[in-house]
Amino acid sequence: MMEKYLLAVLVDNKPGVLTHVSGLISRRAFNIESISAGYTEEPSVTRINIVVSVESENELDQVVNQLSKLIDVIKIVNLSKAPSIERELVMIKVRATKKDRADLVNIVDIFRANIVDITQENVVIELTGHQAKIDAICEVLSEYEIVEIARTGAIALSRGPVPVKRM
Amino acid sequence: MRMNGAQAVLESLKKEGVDIVFGYPGGVVLKLYDELYKMKFPHILTGHEQGAVHAADGYARATGKVGVVFATSGPGAANLITGIATANMDSVPLVCITGQVANPAIGKDSFQEVDVCGITTPITKHNYLVKDVRDLPRVIKEAFFIARTGRPGPVSIDVAADVFNTEFDYAYPETVKLRGYTGDYTGDPAEIDGVMEAIGRAKKPLVFFGGGVTSSNTSEELRAIVERLGVPSTSTIMGLGCVASGMKGFLGFAGMHGSYGANMAIQECDLLLCIGMRFSDRVTGRVADFAPKAMIVHFELDPAEVNKNVSADYRVLGDLRWSLPILRERLEASGADYPAKYADWLKHVMEVAAEHPFSYQQEGDAIKPGALIRKISGLMDENTIAVTDVGQHQMWAAQFYAAKKPRQFLTSGGLGTMGYGLPAAMGAKIGCPDKKVVLFTGDGSIMMNCQEFATIADHDIDVKVVIFENHLLGMVGQWQRLFYNHHYSASELKGKRDFVKLAEAMGLRGYRLEKAEEIETRLPEILAEPGPAVIDCIVPQEENVLPMVPGGKRLDQMVLGEDA
Repeated sequence: MMEKYLLAVLVDNKPGVLTHVSGLISRRAFNIESISAGYTEEPSVTRINIVVSVESENELDQVVNQLSKLIDVIKIVNLSKAPSIERELVMIKVRATKKDRADLVNIVDIFRANIVDITQENVVIELTGHQAKIDAICEVLSEYEIVEIARTGAIALSRGPVPVKRM
Repeated sequence: MRMNGAQAVLESLKKEGVDIVFGYPGGVVLKLYDELYKMKFPHILTGHEQGAVHAADGYARATGKVGVVFATSGPGAANLITGIATANMDSVPLVCITGQVANPAIGKDSFQEVDVCGITTPITKHNYLVKDVRDLPRVIKEAFFIARTGRPGPVSIDVAADVFNTEFDYAYPETVKLRGYTGDYTGDPAEIDGVMEAIGRAKKPLVFFGGGVTSSNTSEELRAIVERLGVPSTSTIMGLGCVASGMKGFLGFAGMHGSYGANMAIQECDLLLCIGMRFSDRVTGRVADFAPKAMIVHFELDPAEVNKNVSADYRVLGDLRWSLPILRERLEASGADYPAKYADWLKHVMEVAAEHPFSYQQEGDAIKPGALIRKISGLMDENTIAVTDVGQHQMWAAQFYAAKKPRQFLTSGGLGTMGYGLPAAMGAKIGCPDKKVVLFTGDGSIMMNCQEFATIADHDIDVKVVIFENHLLGMVGQWQRLFYNHHYSASELKGKRDFVKLAEAMGLRGYRLEKAEEIETRLPEILAEPGPAVIDCIVPQEENVLPMVPGGKRLDQMVLGEDA
C-alpha cells in the first residue's frame, strides 16, 4: 500500500540545487507525485515541496535521509506528520459552447472555483484546494471535453506560529 | 592580494596543503597550466584523464589526504567520470577541477563543451560551476571541507575558462559556512548504552567492520575493542588491513568470495557489531537471510546507510572517531571478563574456519595465483601498499595477501572498476614514497589503463606490476563456466599481446614467469630491484575463485573449493 507524504525541503537558493534534488530522487528510484519550488521570505532560501509515494516508513526515512545528505539541503520537514494546511492549484481548459456554459458555471460554483478566462469555444477554470478536491473537479469535468490541465503540485504550511525552518 | 583566477586556484590549493596535482591539460585550462608552470606547482601528467583521477584516488586512499585532479572541458571532464564514480562508491576524498568553456559560450554546444555539473551530480558528494572569479576562493575552501569531512567523497569544481583570466582581490576564507552541512557527526552517547546491554546479553558476538574504519582512521580503537572483547572479527573488502591479518580471531573478509569461517560466523552469531560498513550486496548474500540469528548493531556516520539494506536493532549514529573511543572506554571500565565469557564461541568459530581455509591445489609446475600472492605477501614488509585491479586476481589478493595495516590494501570495492589498479598504484607510491607498492592485476584489467606504464616510466615511480595472465577475462570466464555452459562469450583474450615487450616499449623492465619454481628462484630478486617493473605471470585459465556464494544464495550456501 503506497502512502503519500508532503515534504517541505528548504534549500540554498543556488544554481544546480534543483538538479541535485531531482537527480537524487530519480537515481534512488523514489516515487514522487509532484514537486514544486519557489522563493521564500528569505531571498537565499528556496522551498521545494515534494509529495512522495512510499511503501513503508523505512522507505520514507530513506527519502529524508538521502535528501538530507545533499549539501545544499538546509532542512526537511514531513508536513504530513504535523498539523498543516495543504493546497494545490489547478487550471483546466474545457471546451464549452453556449449550451454547456450554464452547467459549467454551476459546477464552478459548487466547487468554489473561478472562471478566469472565457472565449466563444472554451472556459478556463481555476481551483485551489486539497488534492482530493482537485481530483474531484477533474473527475466531474471529464464529462466535458477537457483541452488541457495544468496543476502546480501540492504545497503546504504548518498550522500555528512555528515555521518549518524552526521545526 | 591582486591575482587572476588561475593563480587563485593554485594559491588555494597550497593553502589546503596540496602537494601534487594529477592532470591533463587542454584548451580551456591553458591559463591554469601556465600559472602552474610559472609557480612550478608539482604535477603528474598521466596518459589519460582516467589515469589522473584514479591516481588521485590511490594517493588519497594511501595518504588519507584529498586527491586533486585537473582536466580540461568536454572530453577531458568526461574521461574523469569513471574515476569519480569509483571514488564516490568507496568514499574517497577528491577535488576535481575542470575547465568549462567561457561564460558567453556556455549552453551553446560550444567546442569541447559538456555539462559537467549535470553529469557529475549523481556521482559526487557535491559539485560547483564557478562563473564568477569572486566565488572561486569560497568554492575551493568549501570543496576541500566537504571532500574530507564526514563521509568523505569526491567534489567537482567546474570553472568557466574566462574565470582563470580574470583578475580580482584574492582572499582565502578562514572558515566554511554551509547552512546544510557542518561536517560534525557527534552522536548521542545514550545509543551506546543499548549496545553495552546487547553485548552483556550476547553469547556469540562477532565484529564486522568496513571501510568507514579506514576513512576515519580508527583502526587502533577497533583493534582495542576486538581485543578487549576477545571475540572473532571479520571485515568487508574495504576494511582489510584495519586489523592485521593474522590477529587472533580475525577470519578474513566476508561475502561472496569471503572466507568460509567469516560467512559461517555471520550466519551463526547472536550479535553482529557492524562498524563503518554499508551491507553491500557483495557481503550480505541473500539479504533476507543475512545473519538470521543476530541482533544487529550498526555504528555508522551516514544516517542514510542505517536500515538501507539491512535493518539494525541498535544504531549508533555518528563519527567513529566519536563513538569508538566511548565504546572502548565503557568496555575497559566494565568489570566483565569478556574474553573468558566468549572463549568457547571464539574457539568454535576458529575450528569451523579451519575446516575450509583459503586454499589452492598445486598442480604440476603451473603458477597458482594463491601461491604467487602468498609468496609476494611474505616478501613484502608490513608497510607495503598492495593495490588491485578488478576481477579474479582482486579476490585472490583479498584472500591470500596479508594486509597488516589500514590504507595498505587499495581496491575498487564498490564500483569494481577494471583499469583502476595501475594509476591508483602510481598515486599511492607518489603519496607514500617510502612505502613499497605492489599491484596485482589481470591481463584484462591492465589493458584498460596500460598507457600509464609510460607515466610510471617517465617519473620512475617504483610500482611492481604483477599481471595474472590467463588469456581470459577471468571472473567473466568463471561465471560462464559455472552458469553459462562454459561459453566463453567475448571473454577469451586470444591476441598476441606480449606484456614484457609492452613494458619495454614503454620504458620499463619486463619479466615473464611461467613455472611455479620461478616464484622461488626469480621473483624475490625482481621485486627487490629498485624501480618500476612489470612481471607477467602465466596462470592456469580454469582456476576458480572459491569459496563463492552464488547470487541469491545465503552466506552459508557457499560453493567450496573441494566441490569444484
